[in-house]
Amino acid sequence: MTTLTLGKALNEGLRKAMDDDPKVLIMGEDVGKLGGVFRITDGLQKDFGEERVIDTPLAESGIVGTAIGLALRGYRPVVEIQFDGFVFPAVDQIITQLAKMRMRSLGKVELPVVVRIPCGGGIGAVEHHSESPEVYFTHTAGLRVVACSNPADAYSMIQQSIASPDPVVFFEPKRRYWDKADVDTETADWTPLHAARVVRPGDDVTVLSYGPAVKTCLEAAVAAGEEGRSVEVIDLRSLNPLDIETVTASVHRTGRCVVVHEAAVFSGYGAELAARITERCFYRLEAPVLRVGGFSTPYPPSRIEDHYLPDLDRILDAVDRTFGW
Amino acid sequence: MTIDSVRGAPGDPGPAEPELVQLLTPEGQRVEHPDYPLELGADEVRALYRDLVTVRRIDLEAVALTRQGELGIWASLLGQEAAQIGSGRALGEHDMVFPTYREHGVAWCRDVDPLNLLGLFRGVNHGGWDPAKYGFHLYTIVIGSQTLHATGYAMGIQRDGVLGTPSAGATIAYFGDGATSQGDVNESFVFASVFNAPIVFFCQNNQWAISEPLEKQTRIPLYRRAQGYGFPGVRVDGNDVFACLAVTRKALEAARTGQGPTFIEAYTYRMGAHTTTDDPTRYRLKAEEEAWKLKDPIERVKAYLVRGDLADSAFFEEVEADAKAMARELRAACLALPDPEPLSIFENVYAEPHPLMTEEQEQFAAYLASFEEASR
Repeated sequence: MTTLTLGKALNEGLRKAMDDDPKVLIMGEDVGKLGGVFRITDGLQKDFGEERVIDTPLAESGIVGTAIGLALRGYRPVVEIQFDGFVFPAVDQIITQLAKMRMRSLGKVELPVVVRIPCGGGIGAVEHHSESPEVYFTHTAGLRVVACSNPADAYSMIQQSIASPDPVVFFEPKRRYWDKADVDTETADWTPLHAARVVRPGDDVTVLSYGPAVKTCLEAAVAAGEEGRSVEVIDLRSLNPLDIETVTASVHRTGRCVVVHEAAVFSGYGAELAARITERCFYRLEAPVLRVGGFSTPYPPSRIEDHYLPDLDRILDAVDRTFGW
Repeated sequence: MTIDSVRGAPGDPGPAEPELVQLLTPEGQRVEHPDYPLELGADEVRALYRDLVTVRRIDLEAVALTRQGELGIWASLLGQEAAQIGSGRALGEHDMVFPTYREHGVAWCRDVDPLNLLGLFRGVNHGGWDPAKYGFHLYTIVIGSQTLHATGYAMGIQRDGVLGTPSAGATIAYFGDGATSQGDVNESFVFASVFNAPIVFFCQNNQWAISEPLEKQTRIPLYRRAQGYGFPGVRVDGNDVFACLAVTRKALEAARTGQGPTFIEAYTYRMGAHTTTDDPTRYRLKAEEEAWKLKDPIERVKAYLVRGDLADSAFFEEVEADAKAMARELRAACLALPDPEPLSIFENVYAEPHPLMTEEQEQFAAYLASFEEASR
């Protein structure tokens, strides 16, 4: 066991993947000498060289488009998008090309490309640096979409994503980059990439979350416990595919469910969860599935972002409301 | 030089008579160019002629099949045969092609079965051939996207460390004049340039992007743009199969030996509609088409063969007959293409099992089966 920050765990995971497979490349803006603006690729260019850790021109579509070409030639590019709000120039290449190439070729072409996106708010940043664009990608068939929430998962999930023969969009909770936890870097006996995990067992209500909001949910569960409510928290980890079995097994027991994410509630990932849970757990539900998330507005200026982000009190409020039905 | 001497005039895409590399005049006269010496035996010229006639015939058949409702749509290559055959026959076995949806002639040169192309436009699949097997990537419908894939692939060739060796390949990215306005194409120029990637950018300037003429895309001749990115640009007579062959050969060889990208502007003309759903009479003059007919890419090779006594009438008749027979077979094979099974919708979306694919496929299968039960 080693104690690592989430950012360092990603760095170690990337290093391990590059050690294990010479075809693994890293591409992005400032990923070389600087080590990325969050230092996730720190030291990798020094150790693996400029041919494998590639500082690219400042063009996101170009980064993903050339990564596709490199994958066609047999490489496994890991692309860093500097911030969530900068992914949009690359969305055409991701949705129209990366996601669909396998079907277009009737299965003859594989594109094992990982697109890493630091996501979410809470770091006091300027506009376009705090967004949660996950549903644009979960809505796109052909992509796998995952979100890590803690250092141990960051370490394993980045390696599992790189090993995937399908393209993976990998969300990193940027305000949790500095969170520390024990990581077992000796084992590869990991939870499957697309399995959800019950991170706090409970009996009265199920709280579903992923990425940066998981930690907030755990804090809310502790607070609720002090008030005598037993909250089960599930870290979905994978958004596409969704581990619906773990979710429904929990909601079947608790009969209540609250979904928490930073992205806007309207047409957000919680809408899909609510619909699926309603279909599968209709007769077990004591209350409608409630959603806590960002408002249906652009991300606000950072001085008031704490009001936009789901916090402990808003989660507890939703938990209370499921008992008031 | 003043700013005004650099700035193109509004609506003026360049000199009326372009500075282009030409080795065979529209009248079939062989001319020399100091930078592009080309030695071709009679057999080779006859083979090029056969290619040109064959791909035009395939194209004609596909247009007819569309008119008869057998294809959903077709993008005709009429008028661009020399650009495609000339560049296509310059390719070596290790080279990799990244085409648009109009590169039927290049596909022919890479031995892709024309039936595969028809299958895409008939709607039985989205392409489906194996790019690695043919050195010919899937058709890309969205304008310009493939230039980045070609550049990335070229960066992969660099990383394989094969440049300058006999197993070196280059990539060639095909695109049109309209595509030169796309961000992806410009980004591919930047990436290719700064990484000195082994790539040839082959732009078929056919003067029209559906209804938009060249002056909607550029104020300067397209080949001159290359200079701004830092690699050579050359304008070639796109209706001259010899010149397209020689210019592409040289550019590919430069790429394979580590000299970096070249931009080729093949100056040609889209004689037909953009696709079978288009109507050029709404936006261009008949006189323009008539003028380009005089520069036909096939007639000039025929004139050259006849003038040099390199082929007799029996040869020309045989080529016509072979092309016609091939078209007949292609038509029959196209009509016999089976529709895919409805449940195949869920196949090849992911490499590894995906629960949602499984769930929806099972639900849909049960739904379909319910009709069979009802009809029993």
